This record gives sequence, C-alpha cells and structure tokens, in this order.
Amino acid sequence: MATHETIYALASAPGRSGVAVLRVSGPAARDSLRLLTGRDVVARAATLCRLRDPASRETIDEALVLLFTAPASYTGEDVVEYHLHGSAAVVRSLLTFLSRQGGHRLAEPGEFTRRAFEHGKMDLTEAEAVADLIDAETEAQKAQALEQLGGALSALYDGWRHDLTRALAHLEADIDFPDEDLPDGVAGQVRPVLATLIAALDDHLSDNRRGERLRDGIQVAVIGAPNAGKSSLVNALTRRDVAIVSAQAGTTRDVIEAHLNIGGYPVILADTAGLRPDQIGSEGHEGIESEGIRRALKRAADADIRLLLFDATTLPAIDPHTMALADDRALVAVNKGDINPDAAAALRAHLMTEVINISVSRETGLGDLTAALVARIEKLMERRRPGPSLTRERHRAALTECRAALDRALAAPLPELMAEDVRLAVRALGRITGRVDVEDLLDVIFRDFCIGK
Amino acid sequence: MQDFDVIVVGGGHAGCEAAAAAARMGAKTALLTHKLETIGVMSCNPAIGGLGKGHLVREIDALDGVMGRAIDRAGIQFRMLNATKGPAVRGPRAQADRKLYREAMQDILNNYPNLTLLAGAADDLIIGTDGRIAGLRTMAGTEYKCRAVVLTTGTFLRGLIHRGDERIPAGRVGEAPAVGLAQTLERLEFPLGRLKTGTPARIKASTIDWSVCEEQPGDNPPVPFSFLTDKIRVPQISCHITYTTEKTHEIIRANLHRAPMYSGAIKGTGPRYCPSIEDKVVRFADKERHQIFLEPEGLDDDTVYPNGISNALPIEVQAEMLKSIPGLERAEVKEWAYAIEYDFCDPRDLRATLESKRLPGLYLAGQINGTTGYEEAGAQGLMAGINAARAAGASDQPFVLDRAEAYIGVLIDDLITRGTGEPYRMFTSRAEYRLRLRADNADQRLTDRGIATGCVTVSRETAWTEKKELLAAARMMAVGAEMTPNALAEQGVHIVMDGVRRSAFDLLGRPDIDWETLCRIWPQLGTIGPAIAEQLAIDAVYAGYIDRSEMDVQAFRRDEALLLPDGIDYDSIGSLSNEVKAKLKAARPETLGAASRIPGVTPAAIVALLRHVKKREPRRVA
Repeated sequence: MATHETIYALASAPGRSGVAVLRVSGPAARDSLRLLTGRDVVARAATLCRLRDPASRETIDEALVLLFTAPASYTGEDVVEYHLHGSAAVVRSLLTFLSRQGGHRLAEPGEFTRRAFEHGKMDLTEAEAVADLIDAETEAQKAQALEQLGGALSALYDGWRHDLTRALAHLEADIDFPDEDLPDGVAGQVRPVLATLIAALDDHLSDNRRGERLRDGIQVAVIGAPNAGKSSLVNALTRRDVAIVSAQAGTTRDVIEAHLNIGGYPVILADTAGLRPDQIGSEGHEGIESEGIRRALKRAADADIRLLLFDATTLPAIDPHTMALADDRALVAVNKGDINPDAAAALRAHLMTEVINISVSRETGLGDLTAALVARIEKLMERRRPGPSLTRERHRAALTECRAALDRALAAPLPELMAEDVRLAVRALGRITGRVDVEDLLDVIFRDFCIGK
Repeated sequence: MQDFDVIVVGGGHAGCEAAAAAARMGAKTALLTHKLETIGVMSCNPAIGGLGKGHLVREIDALDGVMGRAIDRAGIQFRMLNATKGPAVRGPRAQADRKLYREAMQDILNNYPNLTLLAGAADDLIIGTDGRIAGLRTMAGTEYKCRAVVLTTGTFLRGLIHRGDERIPAGRVGEAPAVGLAQTLERLEFPLGRLKTGTPARIKASTIDWSVCEEQPGDNPPVPFSFLTDKIRVPQISCHITYTTEKTHEIIRANLHRAPMYSGAIKGTGPRYCPSIEDKVVRFADKERHQIFLEPEGLDDDTVYPNGISNALPIEVQAEMLKSIPGLERAEVKEWAYAIEYDFCDPRDLRATLESKRLPGLYLAGQINGTTGYEEAGAQGLMAGINAARAAGASDQPFVLDRAEAYIGVLIDDLITRGTGEPYRMFTSRAEYRLRLRADNADQRLTDRGIATGCVTVSRETAWTEKKELLAAARMMAVGAEMTPNALAEQGVHIVMDGVRRSAFDLLGRPDIDWETLCRIWPQLGTIGPAIAEQLAIDAVYAGYIDRSEMDVQAFRRDEALLLPDGIDYDSIGSLSNEVKAKLKAARPETLGAASRIPGVTPAAIVALLRHVKKREPRRVA
C-alpha cells in the first residue's frame, strides 16, 4: 500500500557485532537509499556502496546493500537492507540519518511482520514461527519497560507521564467543560508545567549519551601523522596484536577497533590511518580523497575522546592536520619522547595544553597516559546532576518526538491546537511508558475538578 | 396483519431519529409508543447541545436527521460554548422550551413520508423460525409483521427510584412495564449492566427571587444548529445562575446517612461527570460553593430545572437545602429530586450497525445501550434507523461511520468495543481526530455519505450541493492566489523572508492576517460570500494539523478494514492469555482495529489474532 509510512529498525542484535543489519521497509525506502548512495542499486543483488549523508557529506560506512522491490520482499513493500560494520557509532549515524527523512520512522515491535501479514507474504509455517518471535519480542519489551529499565529510569518516565497526563487532562477539562466552575486559568497553569518538562527532557536527552556510552563503549580515536606510532600505541594499550604494525608509513588504511577496559569503563579504541599532509592538500580536511584518511577524520569527529599522537622526532615541525583536531575533546601525547626529550615541553608551550610524554617502544609514560585517559573518561561520564541516563535509541527517538511536540504546543495559537500537540507528546511518551487512555484523562479531570450539572 | 419494513419502539430522542431515518431511507416504517402526545418529550433537563453533544447534533443534521431542526424551532437561549477558543472545540448549545420542542418534533414526524405513528405498548418480539426478527406484538394483542425492530425504550428494564429510604419500582412514571420484552431479552441472555442517574427537584419559576441570581444572556444573534435553518425565530430569554452556600453543605453533610448513595442502598454506578450534590460536597469538601443553572422549561412554563443539585435525599432535607440557596429561599417545589437505577444492555453485544449479535434484525439505540443524553440517543437512533432500513431492504452493506469521520463513529465504536461502566456521555476528549471533527464542517464530512446511502432528502441535497460548489470554488481561488514574501511585504504583510510563495489560503490560517487584508491584496477574493469565507478561514486554521494527522488516519483505517469474522473461537487461539481472551469474548470486535482499542489487549495478542484469521482465509490479495 502506497500510503504506508516507511519504517526502519536494526534487525540484528544491538551493541557490538561483526555486522549490523538495518532494515528499511516502505514506499520511501528507495528514496533514502538513493540519497545515501547517490545512485540506483540493482535489486536482489548485494552491492557494496559508500553511504554518505548528503547533508553533512560525511561518510557513514562502506556497506553491503540489498534492495528488494515490492512485492517480492519480506514485507511485500520495497525493502532495503544495509549490512553495516557492526559499530554502534555507524549504526547510530545511519539511524539518525533515517530519522531525518520524510515519511520515515522507527518501526514498532513486530511491525515488519505485521506488514508481511497484511501483504499476504507469509505462509502458515513462517507465520507460526514469526508470531512466536514477536511474542518473545513484545514480552521482552514489556519486561524491559518494567524491569530492564531499572527502577530509577522507569520512575523518571512514569513521573513525566503523570505530569504530562495531568497537564493534558487540565487542557481537556478547559475545552470540554467551559460552563463548569473551573478554577481560573487552568489552561494557563499548564504552560509552566510543559516548560519544566521540556527542560527536563533536554537535560535527559543531552546527557552526552552517557547511558549509551556505558552500554556500547566510549569511543576513543587515536589520531596522528603517519608513522607517529598509533598502531604500536594501541597494541601496547591492549597488549595484543589488533593492528598490523609496520615501520612503513600508512599501513593502517582502515580503522581498526580494539575493545578494552580502562579503569572499569568499556572503551573502543580506534586505530586510524595516518593523516598524510600530501593527501589532505590545501583545501584542508574538506578536500581529501583518501578513504582511509576520510575514515580517520570521521572517527575523529564521532569520537568521545581524541587521542592526538605527535611524533617527537619530527619536531620542531608540528603536524598541522593533527593539531587542527586539538580541542576540548583531545588528549595530547608525544611519542618517541626518549629520542627527543624536549618535544613534550615544546608542544605544551605551543598548544597551551597538557602533553603526555611517552615512548611506546620503551613502554615509558604509558601509565601516565592511561591515568590521563581514565581522568578524561571520568570527567566525560560525570553526571552533571543526579538522575538515570538514557539507554536506548528507541527511547531517545520517542523522547525527542515528545519534546518537539511540547515545543509546538507552547507556540500554538489556540487552546485546542496546544492540546493537540500535548496529545502527540503524551502519545510519544506512551510508546515507552504505556498508552495513556482517554479514561485515564477523564479520571484526572473528574478527580481534580468538581464537574457536573 | 399489518406489515412494515421497520418498527421503532419508543418515541424518545433515539426513537424519533430512528423512525425518521428509516422512513427517509424509503423503508415502510412504524413508530410505536405508549402515547403519541409524548413523542419528543424531554424527560431530563430542557437543553440540547454542548461540547461533543452539539457536535453530535450537527452530525445528525448533516445526515438529514430531525433533532437540529426541532431545537431550532424550540430554543429560547442559544449559546456557542468556547466562543473564545477555536472553532474545532466550539459547541452549540440551546435551552429548549419543552412544549415547543415536543410540538416541533411531533409536527415534523406527523407529516413524514413512509412513517406511521402507532399508539400502543410493545409486549414482545416475534422471532421467525430462521431466528430473525419477524414481527412485534403489542399489549393490546395486535401483531405486526416486520423485518427489523429498533428498540429505543430507554430505562424500561428494572427501573428503581430512590429518594431517601423510599424505593419506587418504575418504568417511566405512568407507563406499564413491557414484561414480555424484558423476558425475551432475558431468555436470549442479553448481558445486562446496572447504572444510576439522578435528577434535581423541579421548582416553580414564580417563587424564585431572580434579583439575587446572576443573569446569563444568550448569544445575539443566536446561531442555529441545523445547516438548513437560516435564522432563529423563537423569542430569546436569559438564564440565571445561583450557588449553594456553606449552609447548604452543612445540611447535606448532616444528612448524608439518609442519602441512598451513602447508605449503600444504591448499587448502580453513577456518572463521574454528573455527580449528585451529596457527592460534590463530600469529594470537594473545600469548595465553598457549587453553581446551579436555573434552566427555564419554557417561555410560558412555570417550571425551572435547577441544574447542578441532583440528589436523592429525603423530601424534608431537600426542602431545608433549597431554603439555604440564594434566590430559592421561598421556592415551591413541583416535583422532588430522586435517583434512579436501571438495567442496560451491554452494548458490546452489538455490531457497529447497532444490530444485536444475538438476534438478527433487532437494533438497540439510546439509553438502553448505557448512554445518557438526548444527543447521544439521537445519534444512535439515526444510525440504527438507517441500518435497519438497509437490512430490511436486503442491502448487505452496513452504514458505519468511523472515528476519523464523525463523533457518531467515536460514540458507537466506544460503546461496542469498550462497553461502559457509567452512563456514557460524549466529550471532545474522546475523539482522537478532534480537529477534523468540527461542528462547523459536519456537512462537509457527512452529507455526501448520507446522500450515497440514501438518508438525505432532496431539499438538503440541493442546499448542500450548492454550498459545496461555492466552497470548492472559493478554496481553489484562495489556493491559487500566491505571492512571495517580498511581494507580500510590499502589501504590508510581513512573514518569514524565506522566498517560499504563500497562497491566500496559507495566509488565512495565520491568526494575524484577516480576510479583509487578503481581499485588498487579491481583489478577486471579494466575490466570495461571508459565510463561505468564514468556512474557508476555519478550514485554513486547521489545514496544517490535519495534513499532519493524515498518516495516522490512514494507519487507523487499515486496521479498521481488516474484518474479524463472526464466531471466532478465542479459546482456540493458544497464545492468548486468559485475561485477553475474556476481554475479546466480551466485546467480540468486528475489526482488528476495534480489537486493538480494547484496553488490555496487547500487540502480541493482535498479531496472534491476525494469524488466526489468516489461517481461516489463507490468502488475501495485497
């Protein structure tokens, strides 16, 4: 049916995995595919595509793409499957991109299967099997809502649900009972409640993705000029061979990840290709062509912490491309300090920031570096306020929608338009906390106000 | 034996609409009621409309029903509620002259083509060998043949009046109970529930001191209910408001043990939105006063309905209580307040057409289904009448309105999928698509549907067709007139300078731009008449919101289109929990959408249901 919204969801298990499969189904699935790949993809064939967000022109991933055209697909609609590298950052980038596309939204539990049913795509045996899966899925979701969330988070959401339900009930009372002796300005009193909720949602949504970081790992990108010793450093830190180490510049052409535990925090250490001045060119970071370097810069952009590694032996020349990334997310270290002991001080003076002097080959300074990293992680994970953190992309989407509706509500020119957007906000929140029924509203109305002629 | 297509039992608001609708559909229709003089009687407070309720009346009118035109001939104080809010939530309301209303309704029905009015009491239904309705027998022993019966008998089942510790069994006062009918429903095991409602005392207008009451004038000019009424010609009066006092509350508190609600004598559930004054005083103890609308029952009627103080206190307490209310100190009472308990038929036993799932050919409408209010009753009567006529005419296509197109759809869907635990009343909060379901656009939403199904007569069809064409032309003109922000700025209209051309229709939706300004910029708009321009402006205000909800409405309709067959054996669906099974068995939903709206039915249950249905009809073309 052409009128369906296009839905998307991660089809593989969330978190770390070798390959993550993201499925998109619906009439606009091919539109978003075309936007991402910039070309037409042949149906029913695995195609390797570079996925690029046309707005930011950033590469999301190099992915295998499978297109199934309606009706020959799982759901009977156009379906696109993206087989991504299984990194949470990549998956999140693509989810974020899709969430911004018109007519796209996150799928509800079991929705792909429902569409398959609707389009008569399933025979009985398949149906039986999948229905069991959905039972499990929905049960899991319920359990998640009640338990997995943890007491604190569900208490927080329930509190919002309560406040928002009450606010809506008061708006509805003002609309439905104009002849009743309601207290003055019932509707007006809702505004500050909504404003408070917006602030609370903002606070929660902008928690630096603390919860997701805890779940998926803190992204640390090691950035530096070729041959600065990035791969050796990663190896030293993980004490296992995750990258091919060679003395020839430019060996690490791709991004290599190591998952490790630093100071009790899950950390994803990404070893990137060296930033080669000749490939970056005069246009700076915008004009590069090398895929490895493009990925390195993307990693740097996405990283929670950038570990900038300078080569002491090249001083006093400081690699400008690495230096360009020195901001408050950066942690600066200088390698081969044993060869040029003055390098750290020189860099420190130049960058006006703390610089850790290490030598990977001699294994000196690594303790200092680890300590600095832990300090940085702790600062990053520090709660600016007490309160539980956000753990799921799905919840983030619902809360973002809720917040947007509340924003519109505050700007609405008429009471019923305000109520309309608050209704949408309640519904968005209800996707996490359970539906708010009209009877719930009426209960509040008749409890809070003496109504009845 | 006389032969009809449809017999409507009961001459209240549901019965009048049902009979008129069936007759308009071309069915040979009879309306059977105890006394012809009681047709169209307002048995509770003398008012029509309000929020949600006024919307229902407009919808009834858009389908060519009779209620809107009757109240336009009987209204003595019209008020558009929520006039300061937007048109989507404005509800027309009118105080009625009881006598004028009754006369208007009787006048309309007396001359209705295809309709015969019969005086008599229904005794029992006649059921054919095929298990369908075959006819009806009266108390006088007369038998009529018919193909469908619409039962609109209100609170006739086990009515029990409470006042203090008095108990008076009652159908309606002075009317013999239809024992046979009640027994038939019992034999067929119609599921029953029990409800309670109350009514205040009736007071002599001439004994009220009006000088101490607040005056509440009506709108000038009064806005009619019916799309066909051009002007209200009934003389208009003001209403008055007074308030209870601390003394009133003291008297009530001191006598609570004598109120049947509190002594435990009443077991039925009263409505939350219409609490008795005992309830108000107990539940809102810190409220210093409660308002009382002194509603006149007519221009030359000496009765006042003091709306807001329904109770079931003993007479001497009522008398003392009234004396404590400003303006009522010397009021004489014509009839004392009482509460009534009654049985109703669980509406979850009905189809969306209001036909009984147990007894084909029998339709139930109005208070018997657990609703309260003339408007709710009229709306059900209309739909039952149309569907009874269709069924009698061997049409297999039911006429059903959905939640996205009418309050009537919300009302009936709520009743048949969720049932009700209190007398059901309409509120705009019940409508998910409130901004679409406005009182102003009921004709745009429904009249064409009515024409297609055959319940709209020629005069309305002509009037609507003319209005529709004017609206379409005006809209086309307003959408076609476009200008860039720069050009608009030159005209003195300042909007965001984003280079996007705006049409007159777009601009009309903005609160800061009025029609006169637009006519100055685009003089061709000046040819549009004021009524059409106003409608266009209302449509423009909500256009963006309505576009945004389109996806929702489509998703909703997809689920509504998935019909669940009769007689699903819910016990055979293994993966359903017992709780969900019980809920589905009680409601036996007709569509997947209805199933999903039953509280407590989970997404997993919906998928299991879908799977079960697909198993029965293995292939459905996409």
